[in-house]
Formats: sequence, C-alpha cells, structure tokens
Amino acid sequence: MNRKMAQLLALAALFGIGLLGPWLAPSYISQFAQLWLFIVLALSWDIMGGQTGYNSFGNIIFFGIGMYVSAVAQVGLVWPVAEYTAAKGGGTEFVFNADQIHAGLALGIPLGGLVAMLAAIVLGALLLGMRGHYFAIATLGLAVATAELAAGWDYIGAGSGMVTPTLPGDMNGPVLFYYLSLGLAIVTILVFAWVYSTRFRLAINAIRDDEDKAEALGHHTTRNKMTAWAISALFTGMAGAIYGNLSGFIDPHDIAFNAEIGVWMILMAILGGKGTLWGPIIGAIVFFISKELFWTYLLGWQRVALGLLIVIIVVFFPEGIMGWVRERWPHLFAPPHLDDEEDDETPAGADEDKEAAHA
Amino acid sequence: MREKRDWQVQDRPLLEVKNLTKRFGGVVANHNVSLFVERGTIVGLIGPNGSGKTTLFNCIVGQYPIDEGEIWFEGEEISRYRTAHIARMGLMRTFQQTRIFGKMTCVENMLVSMSERRRRLTDLFTPGSRADRARALDLLQFVGLYSKRHHLAGSLSFGQQKLLEFAMALMSEPEMLLLDEPTAGINPTLINGLVDRLRRANAELGITLLVIEHNMRVIMNLAEYIYCLAHGEMLASGPPEEIRNDQRVIDAYLGAT
Amino acid sequence: MQNLQLLLQAPVFNIQLLLDGMFIGAVFALAALGMALVWGVMNIINVSQGEFVMLGGFIALMVAEAGFSPLLGIPLAALVLFALGWGLYKGVIWRIVEADMFTSLLATFGISIMLQQLMNEVFGADVRTAESGLGVWFLFDGMVTVTQIKVLAFILSFVIGLALWLFLKNARLGQAIRATAQNARAARILGIDTDKVYAATYAINAALCGAAGALVVMAWSIHPYMGLPYTLRSFMIVIVAGLGNLAAVISAGLGLGMAEQFAGFILGAEFQLAFVFLLLVAVLVGRQIALARKRQYLK
Ligand SMILES: Nc1ncnc2c1ncn2[C@@H]1O[C@H](COP(=O)(O)OP(=O)(O)O)[C@@H](O)[C@H]1O
Ligand SMILES: [Mg+2]
Repeated sequence: MNRKMAQLLALAALFGIGLLGPWLAPSYISQFAQLWLFIVLALSWDIMGGQTGYNSFGNIIFFGIGMYVSAVAQVGLVWPVAEYTAAKGGGTEFVFNADQIHAGLALGIPLGGLVAMLAAIVLGALLLGMRGHYFAIATLGLAVATAELAAGWDYIGAGSGMVTPTLPGDMNGPVLFYYLSLGLAIVTILVFAWVYSTRFRLAINAIRDDEDKAEALGHHTTRNKMTAWAISALFTGMAGAIYGNLSGFIDPHDIAFNAEIGVWMILMAILGGKGTLWGPIIGAIVFFISKELFWTYLLGWQRVALGLLIVIIVVFFPEGIMGWVRERWPHLFAPPHLDDEEDDETPAGADEDKEAAHA
Repeated sequence: MREKRDWQVQDRPLLEVKNLTKRFGGVVANHNVSLFVERGTIVGLIGPNGSGKTTLFNCIVGQYPIDEGEIWFEGEEISRYRTAHIARMGLMRTFQQTRIFGKMTCVENMLVSMSERRRRLTDLFTPGSRADRARALDLLQFVGLYSKRHHLAGSLSFGQQKLLEFAMALMSEPEMLLLDEPTAGINPTLINGLVDRLRRANAELGITLLVIEHNMRVIMNLAEYIYCLAHGEMLASGPPEEIRNDQRVIDAYLGAT
Repeated sequence: MQNLQLLLQAPVFNIQLLLDGMFIGAVFALAALGMALVWGVMNIINVSQGEFVMLGGFIALMVAEAGFSPLLGIPLAALVLFALGWGLYKGVIWRIVEADMFTSLLATFGISIMLQQLMNEVFGADVRTAESGLGVWFLFDGMVTVTQIKVLAFILSFVIGLALWLFLKNARLGQAIRATAQNARAARILGIDTDKVYAATYAINAALCGAAGALVVMAWSIHPYMGLPYTLRSFMIVIVAGLGNLAAVISAGLGLGMAEQFAGFILGAEFQLAFVFLLLVAVLVGRQIALARKRQYLK
C-alpha cells in the first residue's frame, strides 16, 4: 500500500502549496490560478486522448462554450445580455455588486460545465461512431468552425468579444478566482482519481488497446466514449468559465476558442505522460513553468517554438515524463494488487494450476 | 443426417445459418452454407486451411456483412446486427489470433469482460463487486491461471493467453461460444485438460459450443456433430464416426479434390 | 438569403459561381492528390498540407516582387517545396512513418504551426496576391467575368495531375512507390529502398502543394493562416474519393469548390469557412452511416 500512501502524500503536498500560494507568491497569483486551470484542462483531455485513445483536437470547443455560457449567465442575471454586449462592456451603467457577482459565478460556472457536457454528448453522438484519426480531424474542423460561428453571433458580441462582469472595487478579484481555480483543480483530481479506480477505466482502456475486442465482448463502446468525452467536457467547460473571468475579456479567436490553448491541452498531457493520473498534472506544471519562463524571451517567435516543441515531444518523447520515470523505476508501476481481503476468497486448490504455467 | 425439426419456436435451434454466401471481391469465401446448432450441444466445424471457417464465424458474430442468406440466433434474424449487439445477445467468439488486453493484468482482463447484457452505465462506475471479483478468480482458477492473476496479460505465453481469452469469454456469461482453433499453439500435453474444460463449460455452465478445430482427435472426441467445409462449401456433416469415414472429407484433407 | 433569390432571378450568376467553383476546385484536387499519395504510401495524414500550399504562394510572390513573372514561380515553388519536403522527411518524418497515426498527425500539426508562424514573422499577417499579368474575359454581356489566370490554374492542375498519374504508372520510381503502397515489407524484400521511396513521396506531395500555392497566389490570394482549411479540404476530398482514384479525386475537388462558392454567396463570405468545416463533419457522419449498414466502421 506504499503506492497509495505516496499518491496521497503527493496530493496533500500539491493542495498545501495551492492553499498557501497566494501568501508565498502574491504577485504571481493570476499565473498560479491559470496553472490550476491548465491542470484541469490536461487531465480532462487525457481521459479521452490518453485513457480512451481518442485524441481530440476539439476540446477547446468546450473551453469556449463554458466561458461564453458562464459569462452570459453572469450578465443575464442582472442585465439584458444583448444590450450589454452591444455596449461592448464599456458602458458605465452596467455595474454589478458583490452579491450579484457571487450569484453569477455560482450559477455560471456549473452551467458552463453542463452546457459543454451537453455539447460533448451531441457531438459525440455524431462523431464517436468513427475510429481514431477520423475523429481527430473531425474535431479539428469543428473547433475552427465553432470559433467562426461565435465570431459571427452578435448576441455574444460577435468578433469584438464580450467583457465579463466587472467586480466592484472592494472585491479582490485575483484571490477570488485563484481559490475558484484551486477548488476546481482539487475536485477534478479527486473525481478523476475516483473514475480511474472503477471498472470504467478498464472499459475505456479496452477501447484504446483493442476496440474490436471490446466490441466482441459486447461493450457499449460508443456510449462509453461519449461518457468519457462528457466528463472531459464538464471539467473543461468549468475551467473555461473561470478562465474567462480571470482574463476579464472574452475574444472568440484569441481567448475562448484559442487554437493555441487547444494545442497546449494535448501537449501538456503528452509531455507528462498520456494515460496516467499524474502525467497530465506533472505535464501541466512543467509546461506552464517553462512557458512562463521562456515565453518572455522569445518575443513573437514563441509560436514557432511551440510548433517545434510539439514535434520534439511527439517524435522523441512520446511516452512523456511518466514514461521516463517508469523506465527508471519500474517497481513503482508494478501491476496494482487487489485488496488483501481477496486472499480470503482464494479458491480451494489454488496451486493446481501449475500445468498452465507451462502452457 | 440429423433431421431438421418442425419450425416451432420452442424447437428452433439456438443458432441457424441458412444458405449463407460471403464474397470478398471475386473470392467466394462461403457459398450457400447452412448449419444449425441445438441448445446445449457441442458442434464441430472442420475443413482444410482457407476453406472459409473463420470467415463463417466472422459473418455470424457480425464482423462482416453477408451477401446472401440468413442467420438466426434465439429466434432473431441477426445478419444485419453488429458485433457488440450480437455479443450482448449472448453469442460470442474467441479469435484465432488470440486477443487479450496485454497492458492489463489477468484479473483486470476478467473484470473488463463482465457481461454488459443486463448492466447499465452506472454499473461501470464501481470497482466491481466482491462477487464479481470472486467469480473472476474462480474462472482463472478454472483455466489454471490463478497464480498469474496479477501478471500483465501481455507477459503470458501464447497458450496461456488462449486460456485467458477462454476464461474472459466465460466471464461474460454467453449462451453460445464460437471457438476458433482453441488448441492451436497449446502445448500438446495440456490439450486433454483444455478439452476437459470445454466439456465442463458445456455441461456445468450450459454454454453451447461451436468449435473450429484442426486436431482431428480432439474434435472427434469433443463434438457430437460435425460440419466439414471445403472451398467455402458445406462438404459433409454428421456424427463424428460418420465424418471420420467419409471419403469426401478424407480427400479434402489429403488435398485430393 | 436575399442572395438565394438573386440566384433564382438571374441565372447567369449561377454560371459565375459554377465557373469560379470549378477553377478553385481543381486546385483543391491538386493538393488532395498529394495528400492521398502520402496517406496511401506512408500511412500518414499530412496536416501541414495547407502550409505547403501557403509556402508555394509566398515563393511565387517573392518571384513577382523580384520583378519576374510570377508564372515562373510555379516551377520554382514546386522545386523549392520538393527540396523542403525531402528535408522534412530526412529530419522528422522518417522517424514517424512506422508510428501510429496520431503521432504523425500531431507531428505534422506541429510542423504546420511552425511554418504558419514563421511566415507570419517574415511576411506579416496581411492577405497578399501576385499580379499574373494575364487578362480577363467577359462573357454574357459582361455579366460573367473569367480571369485568364484562373483558367490557366484550372488547366495546369489537370496537366499536373495527369503527369503524376503517368509518372506513377510508368516511371521506375513511380512503380516503386506503388509497390511500397501495396506492401512495404514485400517491397523491401524485392530490393526497393523504401526509405528513398518515402522521401520521394513526401517531396512530390510538397511539390504538388507548392505548385498549387503558386496558382492560388496569382488567381486568388494567400496569407499565413490559410493552411488549415486547405488541409481539411484535402482530407475531405480524399475520404469522399478514396485513395486510389484520380478521376474521383478531381470530381470531388470540383464538387467541393462549387459547393463552397454557392455557400459563400448564399450564407455570406464570413460563413464560408464554417460551411467547409461543417460539411466535413457531415461527410464523415454520412460515411459512417453508410458503413454501419455494412457492419463496418469508419477507420
Ligand atoms: N478480409 C478478407 N479479405 C479478402 N479475402 C479474405 C478475407 N478473409 C478471408 N479471405 C479469404 O477467404 C478464404 C477463407 O479464409 P478463412 O475463412 O480464413 O479460412 P479458414 O479459417 O478456413 O482457414 C481464403 O481464401 C481467404 O483468402
Ligand atoms: Mg481460420
């Protein structure tokens, strides 16, 4: 049970750092909030890409949907949305008090997640009957189409975007959004740890490893894929909802459906190690820190570097950091043993199977 | 030859293939093939290499579309259904090229093979009940892989993987199993044990078996009725002693046709 | 939707749209041919397809800006892209030929981002076009305009496609490529240097895209972010037409070109791209339903 303890310890350390973060590095609080959201994005991507073997280029859709839905809900609680967006958020008459902000977030974040989840179910019904790379490319097309459609819809501000509700002067926005991000990350990690402890993980891993065999066993493969994608979309959508508030302004191309963030999700998961719980978490942390460190020095060339980074990671380190760790310390990854109680149920004559050992 | 009974629901065979034809472009892999399997029996399917046995299995379980004919299982025409649906009806197959999940342990392979027939989505979000785990271990014990239960399935020998695949098929509680060459690649000294297990699966668990087999001794011993395919057509059928002495079958195997 | 009425009242506009669709569709088909080649031979879906087209365009643009006829840019773009394709193969692609498809999908996606941003840094994000120096034909009392460069693009696309077909059929290297596509291992046993075949295949694809790009910059316009739509169009054409059928690729290309022109006219130009992407999804879903009837999956 060593392994379980180590995991718990690591989680506790992560959360401890998270709680103390604002005191440790107060001037980086917004960056740290982003980091927590990125962990959510990487984990959410990985349940489809890493655990189910369906690599989505389209998770950014859920991010953007969550962001817009939350913003619309937050505004809509207080003001007519169309007028608000028509005023480009610049109109000084659209003020929010603290209660309205809290109520808006309490409604908007879960609603953003739920609508994103609904979108995943609808898109999944259309796309998840097809296998691997067709799915990948279809989602790539959909992601761009969604951005174009959002940029053409006046209700949400069309191409000029939408401002999220401005906080009243006595509220500390960065701290509020930091703890919301942290809270979402904690919930996400715990939920994924739980999901991966159930037979559902086996069912989606079966799809990844041999989908024909999973079908031959009678699995509802399409339903299981849709469920995985829906879980993925739920958390991605909630992350989007918080991210929109964190940035204060939603632009269809540069923030909500930002293709670059869509790529980062994939990159973080691969960098850390696809198909593990800790891989995407570690990948997000490593990626985020190096991004923050190096981006500033690359001035305009950072996107070229991003492309190069993708090629290098995919070609040379497809197993990611966790894969490297596994190679160095294989005993950490010994097949998990079932509960000890199981040995009480040892069938009589358990040693009679020697013959099979030679088969 | 076995007389086919009246077309009464209770008396319908569990599986019935009627005049099935399957082509791959110009190649006719199955031509006008008919067979039926009564509930609770063990039936054999033999034929030289390339005679269309595996293709017939693939057509039955929904892997390939068929060109002509009908396939009935438990009173339903299934020739347009897909694999997963047919599997959930209780008709399953094992693969000639064994297919297990190599990156999972044996126990996990068993737990992922639990029948999906009467289960809902929410049932997947549990680690598996004690009873399920106990059954998984019992079946591993049954095929002699208990001591390997926590090993990665990919690390097992080919023969052990075949046994694991058989145990996985049993785990999913099928009405009927189609086994594609279950003894191929298994250490000859263990074949008797396997044949015994097939019989017990049939007798104790009530699973109807249709078995493709190359080993004549095994199939004559195991099956109560045998069909023989050659060049995609049904060449002969009958009880083992009849087939054993059928000149056409002997010729087909000697390549004399 | 007003434009829909316009189409009904003035049928001659339909002719304009049909012609424009055909012309651009031929260029789509050219890029799609390259994608089909790489997909069929190397089992790689090349996501940087559209960026190769874009690069070809910028090369022709540079030729024009240096004072030469941009028509000269067509062979030059093909040549430069051929070299680039070869280089990319030797640098990156050879490592992923045997890998699973998503690896190559992601790696070529990375290349596409790199090329986009590189061109953005070098040339800026503006929409650019090169003056071909050719004239314009007016048909139907000037109601329909046909620029000669578009006609030339159309014809050249066909000629290049035909040349590719003849090359694959008759040339030694072409035959080696076809043999490798059928069974790479058998080809190796027969003494074919499959590594070289792969390099040539990838380079030829890049050259096709380069030529297409040079035509695009003269007959239409280019910018650094134009790539992805071209990639997805190629992909769509290949799934509709299959990997081994030249005539089908061309008809699918022309069909897509025309459908897009009509959609852009009726829905408004700002929704033309969204239409392309949604059409891709519709095509995939349609294929999937058709295959399900045959107990098969789209894979
Ligand atoms: N997927 C396929 N495509 C084309 N031909 C096939 C395919 N599967 C089987 N065949 C052909 O069908 C015939 C029967 O093959 P198969 O059913 O595997 O025989 P068996 O299992 O009896 O050895 C063979 O000639 C084989 O080449
Ligand atoms: Mg066979």
